[in-house]
Amino acid sequence: MTETLATATTHAARAHARAQAGTVTDAMPIVPASSWPAPPSGRAASMTWAETVPGGRYTSKVLARGTRLRLRDVHGTACANILLFRADAPHERLNVADTVKVPWQAYLGVGHPLLSDQGRVLATIVADTSGRHDALCGTTHVAGNTAKYGEGSLHSSSPAGRELFTVAAAKHNLQSRDLPPSLSFFHGVRVEEDGSLVSTGNAGPGAVVDLLIHLPVIALIANTAHPLDPNPEFTTGSLEVLAWRAPGELNSLPNTDPEYQRAVLNTDDAWAAATSETEIRR
Amino acid sequence: MTITADTADLALVPGRVVLDEIVGLRGPWSAVVVAGDVLTIVDLHGNQAVDTLVYDAADHTRRYSAAATVAAQQNLFLSTGSVLRDADGEPLMTLVADEVGNHDTVGGACSQESNTLRYGHHTKHQHACVENFLIEGAKWGLGKRDLVSNINFFMNVPVEADGTLGIVDGLSAPGKRLAIRAERDVLVLVSNCPQINNPCNGFDPTPVRMIVTRGE
Repeated sequence: MTETLATATTHAARAHARAQAGTVTDAMPIVPASSWPAPPSGRAASMTWAETVPGGRYTSKVLARGTRLRLRDVHGTACANILLFRADAPHERLNVADTVKVPWQAYLGVGHPLLSDQGRVLATIVADTSGRHDALCGTTHVAGNTAKYGEGSLHSSSPAGRELFTVAAAKHNLQSRDLPPSLSFFHGVRVEEDGSLVSTGNAGPGAVVDLLIHLPVIALIANTAHPLDPNPEFTTGSLEVLAWRAPGELNSLPNTDPEYQRAVLNTDDAWAAATSETEIRR
Repeated sequence: MTITADTADLALVPGRVVLDEIVGLRGPWSAVVVAGDVLTIVDLHGNQAVDTLVYDAADHTRRYSAAATVAAQQNLFLSTGSVLRDADGEPLMTLVADEVGNHDTVGGACSQESNTLRYGHHTKHQHACVENFLIEGAKWGLGKRDLVSNINFFMNVPVEADGTLGIVDGLSAPGKRLAIRAERDVLVLVSNCPQINNPCNGFDPTPVRMIVTRGE
C-alpha cells in the first residue's frame, strides 16, 4: 500500500509534516523523560533524561547537581565517549590526567571520581557492571577513521568522535579549544608493563555505568567506536541514556580515599559559597 | 642567549645553534621552534620533570593531544620515534633521540588545586606547573581553555597490572638529554616543574637547558 500525501500547498505541507509525529523508534529521546517505558524502580517521577543514541551519533544535556546518569550498552557494541564541563563555568572541565593521577588509578570503576582541572569532583562512578573503560586513548579523529573505515566525517557511516564532540560542544557555545581529551565507557584498554596499550573490548550486552553528578554540568556524549577497536568494520550500536534526580546520594559516596574525600570537600565548599540560602533550602 | 663553546656538542642532533637558554628552577619557558629545527632538552642535575605542551605556531587550537599520541603508537610512554600529534592525529614534533628511555604522557601538570587533593590543603600556596603555563602562555594569548594534558619529560609513571599508577623515582640522571624535531612551526610551552611533594624532581627542583639547532 502506498500512501500519497500532497505537499503542493502550505496547508497540505503542514498536514504532511504533522502526520509524521508520533513515530517511535529505538534511536530517539522520550519527552518528557517520565514517559520512558521502563524507568528504574521508583524513579519514574524524577526522570530528567531518557534517550537512545544510535552508533555514530551524539547527544548532550545540562544536568543538575545530584543527578544520577545511567549509560547502558544496549547490544554490547556501544562506546560512550564523554566530556563534562561545569555548566555555570564551562572553562572548568574534565581533566583526565588528574582523574587518573589523583586516585592513583588508571582504570575506571566504582568510586572513581571524574575530576575537573580545579580540584573538584564533577561526577563519581557509582555503579559499573562493565569494567571495560578507558581514560587514556581519548576518541577518534577523521584521519584515523578514514584510514580504518574509509570515512570519518560527521555524516558518514563511521563518524569520528572528534567531529561529534565538535558539534555537540558548539551547541553549548564551546569551541575546539574547549575540547580536552575525553573518557570512554564500554571499551576497555589495559597497559602492559612496557607501556603497550591493549584493547580488551566490550563486556557484552546490557552493561551499565552510573555517574552521580556533583556540580551542574554540561554532559557531551559521543557514541562511536574506540580508537583501538580491533574490528575493521564500524559496528557501534545503541547507547541508552537515562537520568533522574537523586540528590540524597551525595550523602553516601562510595569512596573513602583521602584524595577523594578532599575533592568532595572542595566541591561542596565551592557549591555552598556560590549558592544562596534560598536555593539551598529549596 | 648564551652561546658557549660546548653548546653544539651538547645538542643531540648536530647543527647550527639558534637558541641556548637555561630555564631556571621552578620557571616557565616558551619558544617557537620552526619546522625542521631540533630542540634538545638537557636534564642538567637529573630527574627534573619538564612539563611540556606543543601548539601549532600559526593556529594555537591545533595542539598536542596526549590521547591521539598514545593511541596512534599504542603505547603509553614516549621515547625515540614517538610522534607528538595534535587531536586530529597530525604530527607536531618527533622525538628523535632519547637518553632516558621513557617519558610520561598521563600525569599532566601539577596545580595548586590538585595539590590540595594529593597532599592536603597546606600545599595550596606552593608553586605549581599550571601557574607557569598560565603566566607564560599569556604572552602568546593562551589561556586556561588552551591547557590540556601535557608531556612530562624525564618523569617516570609506571602502571601496575591492577591499574595503580603513580610518580616514582625517575630514570633520568644528571646530563641526560632528549631531542624533539619540529614537523611544522610549533610553539613549545614549558613548566620546569616546581613540585616538592613527590619524586618527579627528586624533591629538589633544578634548572634545565634548552638548545635549538638547525641543519646546516
